[in-house]
Amino acid sequence: MLMFAISRVLRAALTILFVMTFAFVVLRLSGDPALQIMSVDAPPEAIAAFRKAWGLDRPIWEQYLSYIGRALSGDFGKSMRDGRAAFDLVMERVPATLMLTLPALALKIGIGIPAGIYAALHRNSLADRLTMAISVAGFTLPSFVLALLLVLVFAVQLGWLPASGSGSLAHTILPIITLGTAGAAIMARFTRSAMLEVLGQPYVRAASAKGVSWQRVITRHALPNAAIPTVTIVGFMVGSLVAGAVVVESVFSWPGIGRLLVSAVSNRDLAVVQALLMVIASWMVAANLVVDLAYGWLDPRVRAAGAH
Amino acid sequence: MAAPLVAIEGLTVDFSAGSRAVDGVDLQVAPGEALGIVGESGSGKSVTWLAALGLLPAKARIGGSVTLDGQELVGAPRRTLEAVRGKRIAMIFQDPSSCLNPVHRIGWQLGEALALHRGLDRRAATAESLRLFDQVGIADARRRLDDFPHQLSGGLNQRVMIAMALAGLPDLLVADEPTTALDATIQAQILALLGGIRRDTGMAMVLISHDLGVVSENVDRVAVMYAGRLVEEAPGADLFAAARHPYTQGLLAALPELTGPRRRLVAIPGTVPEPGNMPTGCRFAPRCPIADPQCAIAAPPSRRVGPMHRANCHRTIDAGGSVWALPKAAE
Amino acid sequence: MSALLEAIDLRREYVVRSKRGPFGAKSVLRAVDGVSFTIAPGRTLGLVGESGCGKSTTGKLALGLIPATSGEVRCEDAPMPPPGSAAWRALRQRLQMVYQDPLGALDRRLPIGRQIAEPLAIHGIGAAAEQRERAFSAMRDVGLQSHQFDRYPHELSGGQRQRVVLARALITEPRLLVCDEPISALDVSIQAQVVNLLLDLQDRLGIAYLFISHDLRVVRQVSHEVAVMYLGRIVEQGEAESLFAAPAHPYTRALVSAIPTTGPKRERLLLQGDPPNPVDVPTGCAFHTRCPFATEQCRRETPVLKPLGLSNDLDRRVACHRVHEPALQVAA
Repeated sequence: MLMFAISRVLRAALTILFVMTFAFVVLRLSGDPALQIMSVDAPPEAIAAFRKAWGLDRPIWEQYLSYIGRALSGDFGKSMRDGRAAFDLVMERVPATLMLTLPALALKIGIGIPAGIYAALHRNSLADRLTMAISVAGFTLPSFVLALLLVLVFAVQLGWLPASGSGSLAHTILPIITLGTAGAAIMARFTRSAMLEVLGQPYVRAASAKGVSWQRVITRHALPNAAIPTVTIVGFMVGSLVAGAVVVESVFSWPGIGRLLVSAVSNRDLAVVQALLMVIASWMVAANLVVDLAYGWLDPRVRAAGAH
Repeated sequence: MAAPLVAIEGLTVDFSAGSRAVDGVDLQVAPGEALGIVGESGSGKSVTWLAALGLLPAKARIGGSVTLDGQELVGAPRRTLEAVRGKRIAMIFQDPSSCLNPVHRIGWQLGEALALHRGLDRRAATAESLRLFDQVGIADARRRLDDFPHQLSGGLNQRVMIAMALAGLPDLLVADEPTTALDATIQAQILALLGGIRRDTGMAMVLISHDLGVVSENVDRVAVMYAGRLVEEAPGADLFAAARHPYTQGLLAALPELTGPRRRLVAIPGTVPEPGNMPTGCRFAPRCPIADPQCAIAAPPSRRVGPMHRANCHRTIDAGGSVWALPKAAE
Repeated sequence: MSALLEAIDLRREYVVRSKRGPFGAKSVLRAVDGVSFTIAPGRTLGLVGESGCGKSTTGKLALGLIPATSGEVRCEDAPMPPPGSAAWRALRQRLQMVYQDPLGALDRRLPIGRQIAEPLAIHGIGAAAEQRERAFSAMRDVGLQSHQFDRYPHELSGGQRQRVVLARALITEPRLLVCDEPISALDVSIQAQVVNLLLDLQDRLGIAYLFISHDLRVVRQVSHEVAVMYLGRIVEQGEAESLFAAPAHPYTRALVSAIPTTGPKRERLLLQGDPPNPVDVPTGCAFHTRCPFATEQCRRETPVLKPLGLSNDLDRRVACHRVHEPALQVAA
C-alpha cells in the first residue's frame, strides 16, 4: 500500500511538472508579452527595457530552469500587469470560484443521482423517459446559451435576479444553476445506466430470491455496486471544481479563477497563467488520487488485485 | 398424491404480446419429494419457477395458478412473496460466483438471511453460520466468513449459496442448473451434498437441468419440458427405461454414454422454435418423426400411459419402442 | 503409420506475481508441464480434464499458436516452424482450430459465405469464382444450405453457426483439426448433430482431430485415443473405450464416477476438496492431496507415464505409483 501511495504521488508530481512545462513553452511561443502589456506604439527602447526587466531576452531553457528553480522555493513569479505575486493573485480568487462550483456540485449530485436512480427503478415509464429527455437537453445545451437564456428570463423579463456581477447571494443563483445543469444531466444519465447494469446482475435476483425486501435490495445490494462507476464521474466533477467555471464566470462577470485565466492568457501574463495552471492541475490530480483510493475502499476486488 | 406442497396449474408466462415462454404447465411437488425438470434452452424450465416466486421482471405477464400449501402465489402482493422466498421456497442458481454480491463479505450475506428468516442477532448468526458451513462441508469456516466471493472457487461459492438457502429452513429448494458451471468432480460433490441434506432435513427439491444424467441420479420423478410446455412426466426409472414421448426418446438417443456399446447418436433434426414463432398445435411436431396432420392443429392432450406416467402426445407409442430408428452399435 | 502431429515433452510456463503489487513474490504457473502425444492421420485424440488442467493451452501449443517454454512439436516429421513465420502461416492450411463460442469466432458484419471462403483468400488459393464454388461445397459438406450463403451470423442458430465455423476450418482441406470445446455451448440435441457431422467428415475426408473437452461422454463418442490431464500433466492415456470402461488412475476413476448416467450405477469415487491452485502445484504427484490412496512416496516422487501392461490394452499408460497393485479399492 505504501508503494502504491508513493508511486501515485510521484506520478502526480510528474503530471504537474508536465503541465507547467507545457504551459511555459506554449505561452512563450504564442506571442510577445511585451507587446501585449505595453501598447503597440510604445518606443522600442521601452519594450526592450520591459523585456530585460522580465528576463524575456534570455534563451528559453534558461528562463525555464530559473522558473522551476524559483517555483520549488514557492516563488511563482509576479504578474506583469500589476507586479503582485502571481500565486497570491490566484489564491485570492479561489474562494470566489468555489462559491459557485461547490453549490453547483451539490446540485449535480443532489439532483442528478436521485433522478438517475429513480429513472432506473421505473425504467421505460413516463417519468423515466421525461427525465432522460430533460437530461439530454441539459447537457447538449452549451453553458453560455443556457446562461443567456436564464438571464433573459430571470433578469430581464422577470427582474428577479441580477444579470451579472458579484456582491450578494442573489448574484450567485443564476451562475450556480447554469453550472449545475449540465453536470446534473450527465450524472442522471450515468447513474441510471450504472443502476440498470447492476439491477440486471445475477446477485440482485439471488438477493430477491433470498426473501430480501425490494427496498433493501436496492439500498444494500444494488446501490453499493452502482456507486463504483459513479465515483469516477463524481471524481471528475470534483476535479473541475477549480477550473470548471471559465465560461460562466465570463458571462456573469464573476470575479473568480475563470475570469482571471481568461484575462491573464489574453495579456500573456505569463507568471499568472502558469500559477493558475499549476493550481488547477494540482487540484485535479489530488481529486483523481482520492478517486483511486475510493475505488479501493468501495470495491474489494480492486483491493485484492493489489496496487498498480 | 396426498396434498401437494406446491401445485402449479395452467401456468402461462408472456414476455410480450405473442411471446409466450411458458404455456399451460401443470406440475405438483409433494412434501419431501425430489422432482427433476429436464429441458433444453427455451423449454421454460427456469422461467416456470422464477414466475412462481415472482422473480421475473415487471413486464412479464403471469397467468394460471401456483399454490403453496393452498396459498396462491400468482398475483400475490410483493410482501407475501417476500415472506415465501427463502423461508418456504428457496432457490439457487447456475453460476454461484455471480450470485453473490461482490462488495459484501460472505458472513454478511449469510447473516442477512439468518437475520431475516430466523431473527438472529450478530453473535447467534455467526454461530449458526458456522454450523451451516459445517453442514454443507465448508472447511476453515471462520475464515470463509470474512472472505469476499471473488476469493472463493465456484464449488465453494455454490456451497455458500446452499447454506444461505438452508438458512431459512425452507420446505422446498429449487435448484436451477446448480452444477452446470462447475467441474465434473465438484458437480458430483455438490449433488451428493444436496442428496444428503434432503435425507437429513426431509426438504423437497426441484432439480432443473439440461443434463438427463444429473437428473436421473438424484430425483424421484422427472418432468420433461419442451418449448414452454410439459411433454412427459414419470418416475425416474420409468422415464429412462421406457420414455413414451418422441422428444424424450429423442433426447435420450442424442446422449452419448460413457459405458455400453458405442452407437451413432440420434440427432433430432431442426432447432427449438423461437418464443415469438411457435408452431400451432404440438410444438414438437415440426421435428417429430411420427407427426401427422392432426398434430399441427391442436395442442396434444395429456394422456396417462402408465402408473404416475403421463405423456402429452396425440400419437400412442408402445412401451419399449422408440420412434427414432436407433442405429446399431458400432462394431 | 507415421504420425501427423507429434508433441514431445511440451512445457508452457507463465510467471505470475502474487497479489502484493509490483514487489510481490513471483511464482511460476506451469500450465503445461511435460506433455507428449502423437496423433495419427485420420484418428482422434481426445484430451480431457477439468478447468485449469492445461488442455486448452496444450491445444494452442500443438498448433504453435503460443510458443512453448520448452519441448517440441513436430508436424509430419518436420519441426514446427516458429509462430508467425511465413512457413508457419503456410502450415495453417493443414492445421486448423475450432473454438467453443461460434458467435465470437465469426465476424458480425460479414455474411457467412464470405467468411467461409476467407481462408482461401488468405492463402491465395484459387480465383474468386473458384473460392465461391468451394465455399458452397464446404457448406454442403457441413449440412448448410446454399441460400444461407448471404446470411449474417446473428441470423443463424447456435448449431448453424458452429457449422459455419467448421466449414471455414475445413475449406483448406486440413489434415488436423483442433477442436477446443466445440459443442459445450450448444443444446443437447444440436450437440448430437455436430458430433455426427464431425464423425462423418472424418470418415469421408480422413481428417485427424485433437478433441479437447471436459465432457467425457462426448469425448468417448468421438475419440480413438484419450489422454487425461491434471494440473498440466497427462496422468493416463490409452484407447478410449477401454480407458473409460476400466480407468486405472485414481483421478480418472474419480472423473468417470462423477459423470452422471442414466444407466446402471458404477463405482462411486468422491474426491474431497477443490483442485489446488495451478500456481501452487503439490510436490511429487500433483494429485496426491486429493487421492484416497496417496502414500509418502506419492508426496515425494513425481510419477512418470508408464505402460500398464494390460494384455487387452497394450497402449494404456498411467502415471501412478500404486496403480500396479492388484486391488486398489476405496473403503465403502
